[in-house]
Amino acid sequence: MTTRGPIARYSAFSLIKQSLTGQRWSRVWRHHDLQPSYDVVIVGGGVHGLATAYYLARNHGITNVAVIEKSYLGSGGSGRNTAIVRSNYLTPEGSAFYDRSIKLYEHLADELNFNVMFEQRGHMTLAHSDSSLRTMHWRAEVNKMAGIDSDVIGPPDIKRLAPAIDVSNRPRYPILGALWHPPGGIVRHDAVVWGYARAADRLGVHIHQQTEVTAIDVTAGAVTGVQTSGGRISTPVVVNCTAGWSSLVSALAGVRLPITTRPLQAAVTEPVQPILNPVVVSGSLHVYLSQTARGELVFGASVDPFSSYSARGSLEFAEGLAGHVLELMPSLSKMRLLRQWSGLCDMTPDFGPIIGMTPVAGFYVDVGWGTYGFKAAPVAGEQTAQLLATGVVPDLIAPFSLDRFGRGDLTAEKGAAAVGH
Amino acid sequence: MLLILCPHCGPRNADEFSFGGELVPRPGPDPGPEAWRNYLYTKENLAGWEGEQWFHLSGCRRFLEVERHTITNEIRSVRDVTEDTA
Ligand SMILES: Cc1cc2nc3c(=O)[nH]c(=O)nc-3n(C[C@H](O)[C@H](O)[C@H](O)COP(=O)(O)OP(=O)(O)OC[C@H]3O[C@@H](n4cnc5c(N)ncnc54)[C@H](O)[C@@H]3O)c2cc1C
Ligand SMILES: [Zn+2]
Repeated sequence: MTTRGPIARYSAFSLIKQSLTGQRWSRVWRHHDLQPSYDVVIVGGGVHGLATAYYLARNHGITNVAVIEKSYLGSGGSGRNTAIVRSNYLTPEGSAFYDRSIKLYEHLADELNFNVMFEQRGHMTLAHSDSSLRTMHWRAEVNKMAGIDSDVIGPPDIKRLAPAIDVSNRPRYPILGALWHPPGGIVRHDAVVWGYARAADRLGVHIHQQTEVTAIDVTAGAVTGVQTSGGRISTPVVVNCTAGWSSLVSALAGVRLPITTRPLQAAVTEPVQPILNPVVVSGSLHVYLSQTARGELVFGASVDPFSSYSARGSLEFAEGLAGHVLELMPSLSKMRLLRQWSGLCDMTPDFGPIIGMTPVAGFYVDVGWGTYGFKAAPVAGEQTAQLLATGVVPDLIAPFSLDRFGRGDLTAEKGAAAVGH
Repeated sequence: MLLILCPHCGPRNADEFSFGGELVPRPGPDPGPEAWRNYLYTKENLAGWEGEQWFHLSGCRRFLEVERHTITNEIRSVRDVTEDTA
């Protein structure tokens, strides 16, 4: 069965008409029967899988593509993240890569005809010690070389940009300065997932939810198909976009990855009046926060202290978080937490992603997104699609190949990615 | 909260331990760089029962071998690495 119904373009006029007439909203993407074969099968209906499908169709005209998702779209990290977008990474290859993603985000709402609510409110990483201030200067210089707007600011500017932060001269964790990155900000994560899904669907991509990939057929070193809970699909190309589950899906093709799965937790408060404009991160305090357009404060931290496939929240996280947030913003002491949740993150040893080919022909990965992959989805999708279409590894993703571990040629992004995401 | 039954200290919160990751067999004496890099980086990252190393940092400071289920977080055995397996 195919639910058809036109997927109409959204406009101010269509929204007003729809709300006044009270008709049912048309579906955002359609349901299709599983075809016996596709040119490309993408495993994982998160933002990476959907973006890859969209750019394959939009930039390369490859539309006989299936996105296979075992649960619902965005049920993984894509619907659970804290939506921070930035490009002030530590390495030249990292900052160039994420900068391209920001550029794509800036026009994404227009391009997808879907309001993704990208708000470039600025991203501030606090320095509480001389050594971390030194690292901020280093990052700022690397960023400037790549043409990225990034600089070190002092306490008076911090106070001006985020008055709720306590910049007084306190004995513990004094604030000596911050790395300030004006183009950074937050985006509505669900909207990005739905926007890519809808745009890919319009271009002919098939999205299959509630369908799990259970085996990958490899003959003579090359992919020939996948087995799913809905039947077999023959295909010469499989792309693994399953983040926290990526070791399990790669193992189906006999490919082992340098990845461990760690839960990452986050929490939100009740909504309040606007009190915080930029995104604020403190690496030393293992905490970051931002305020959504709805007024909730969103908090996050670093990954849980041990690996797990169970996305459960813990009291230790909420306790540690509350203490650290109050250290930064004592005025929040009466705020109530509404919710806390957790998602699975695919951590790599060097805090860099793994994108590209594997030893199995036709089996590609776009994984290792750890705690920082949401912001990367547009560029990773665009570049992975280009690799699939041309067979040539694009320069922007060459540093993130799987074989870098065998060569001992690691990236070194931990300093800029461990807490800030 | 995860409780680990330390053979020396009794049941303790996982917070007291530092997690050393899945147990990976150490390569032989002269295996070449490839085998060492595999040993360093490549992980099974199993969804199921996993043998792991934990260090009781804020307790007896002994290295422990723990069998934990990575989906339920249930622990079924803990032993000091220096003890012989029966
Ligand atoms: C709490 C939290 C906060 C975060 N904050 C940020 C942030 O501020 N900024 C940032 O950039 N990043 C952040 N991240 C990281 C970011 O969310 C992820 O890196 C990103 O969402 C990964 O997207 P993905 O599409 O690769 O994977 P996912 O969204 O995890 O999607 C993978 C999908 O694969 C499906 N799947 C798995 N196995 C199979 C199978 N066998 N068959 C079919 N489908 C399968 C899963 O159901 C899942 O939907 C955060 C993550 C968490 C958990
Ligand atoms: Zn002990």
